[in-house]
Amino acid sequence: MTLDLFDKFDPILKDYNSLPDGAANPFTVSMEKVLSPTTAIINGRETILAGTNNYMGMTFNAECIAAAQEALSTQGTGTTGSRVLNGTYNSHKQLETTLKEFYGTDHAIVFSTGYQANLGVISTLAGPKDYVVIDADSHASIYDGCAMGNATVVRFKHNNPENLDKRLTRIRRDDPEAGILVVLEGVYSMLGDQAPLKELTRISKDHKAYVLVDEAHSIGVFGETGRGVAQEQGVEDQVDFIIGTFSKSVGTIGGYCVSNHPKFEALRLVCRPYIFTASLPPSVVASATKALELIASTNLRSKLLDNSRKLNKGLKSIGFTMGTTGESPIAAIIVDDQNTAIAFWGEMLKEGVYVNLALPPATPNRLNLMRCSLSAAHTFEQIDFMLEKFELVGKKLGLIQEVSARATA
Amino acid sequence: MTQSVDEIFEQICALIKPFNNKNVPLNKDTVFSVDLELDSLTVMDLLSEIEDEFDITVPLNMLPDLETIGQFTQAVQKLLSE
Ligand SMILES: Cc1ncc(COP(=O)(O)O)c(C=O)c1O
Repeated sequence: MTLDLFDKFDPILKDYNSLPDGAANPFTVSMEKVLSPTTAIINGRETILAGTNNYMGMTFNAECIAAAQEALSTQGTGTTGSRVLNGTYNSHKQLETTLKEFYGTDHAIVFSTGYQANLGVISTLAGPKDYVVIDADSHASIYDGCAMGNATVVRFKHNNPENLDKRLTRIRRDDPEAGILVVLEGVYSMLGDQAPLKELTRISKDHKAYVLVDEAHSIGVFGETGRGVAQEQGVEDQVDFIIGTFSKSVGTIGGYCVSNHPKFEALRLVCRPYIFTASLPPSVVASATKALELIASTNLRSKLLDNSRKLNKGLKSIGFTMGTTGESPIAAIIVDDQNTAIAFWGEMLKEGVYVNLALPPATPNRLNLMRCSLSAAHTFEQIDFMLEKFELVGKKLGLIQEVSARATA
Repeated sequence: MTQSVDEIFEQICALIKPFNNKNVPLNKDTVFSVDLELDSLTVMDLLSEIEDEFDITVPLNMLPDLETIGQFTQAVQKLLSE
């Protein structure tokens, strides 16, 4: 008898089918109408969006929309071609120039998503004789970039310089000549913790390894001109490649890699996820270009972090166990029991707050998280509303004590 | 110092102990995902312990072929002898 190709998914389907039906199912919810960067109509009710990656609220920025509309009407809806076959317009070049100016680098390459940027750069840079050394909590796109390439892949303990040092020492002992690429993230998205880039880059350089930093969640958010954690921590000169995305702070879609390596442009000739996919549509290119210009000079960063501190502090004083401290735009409540976490998510949605339910294996240390990511576009009133609902639902589910029982915050 | 296969097996079993919540009896045919019910992330964490215990590099690329404790033992022995 032949095998059913789908039989292997039975265990996961069993878990999926045990989820609540309808409105309380995190996989089937959709937005009936998006009203603003922070609000939408869901299940017929106006809902605060507390789990987007819309850190700067850029999706409804008037200048970005105007730029996109102009590009749409003058350049059409899509390029219908790869960057190397009909798909490079002047505007793609202009976007790359804007990126070079934004980062002060010699080179910039735009990809169609951040996922593809990681897939392409990691799998291409590290060849069969090379090593890729990655943080254990790396994003799926980094793991997939490793899986797609032919390099030897080594993993070190999350944000642990000593553990990285041990691994690089062993690699160098066995293979003094090897090319080594160390892959880090500026901010790890689940718990919002920053990489200690000073130590990690110093150790990497001591072992003559290249350093790539994925700033997906930190572009716009950290650093004096919004370049990310490498800028914030003052180690940009120690970083060889920065990868990023337009799908979060920049408010649209797309990915990129910037570098000062003199031979960097070679990637355009050999990097398959750059070559064998269509280039970004002109409207996306236009809004990304405009958003980058705005991000470099904005003061929205401090508003965003004020919002995050307010939510983190509020949740903590209500009595939740927090996985975050408010130093990044993420606020994550740790929920011990997975079914409680799923119920928590559904109840919050019923109350008009859409947060992210983050479950293993997408989370570090197998945590169940109720994860919020804030936006500079959230008002303090919206955050007060979220806190009120978190408290209500938290009590209903027995995760926190009655108000009277806790000390005044 | 060269370790025998049995010594390596014993050392690996000692490292597995903290991950063996159900106290499953360990032998060379014990399968991580089935008998010990370890998910892929846990196996990677275990791999990290093994790397440090034996002071070797065990690439993630090898993991698909390392399903049992016996296979792990052989891989470690091979890496130690290289
Ligand atoms: C660290 C990291 N890298 C890359 C990506 C992928 O970005 P994109 O949405 O542009 O594919 C993400 C987004 O989920 C991310 O969190």
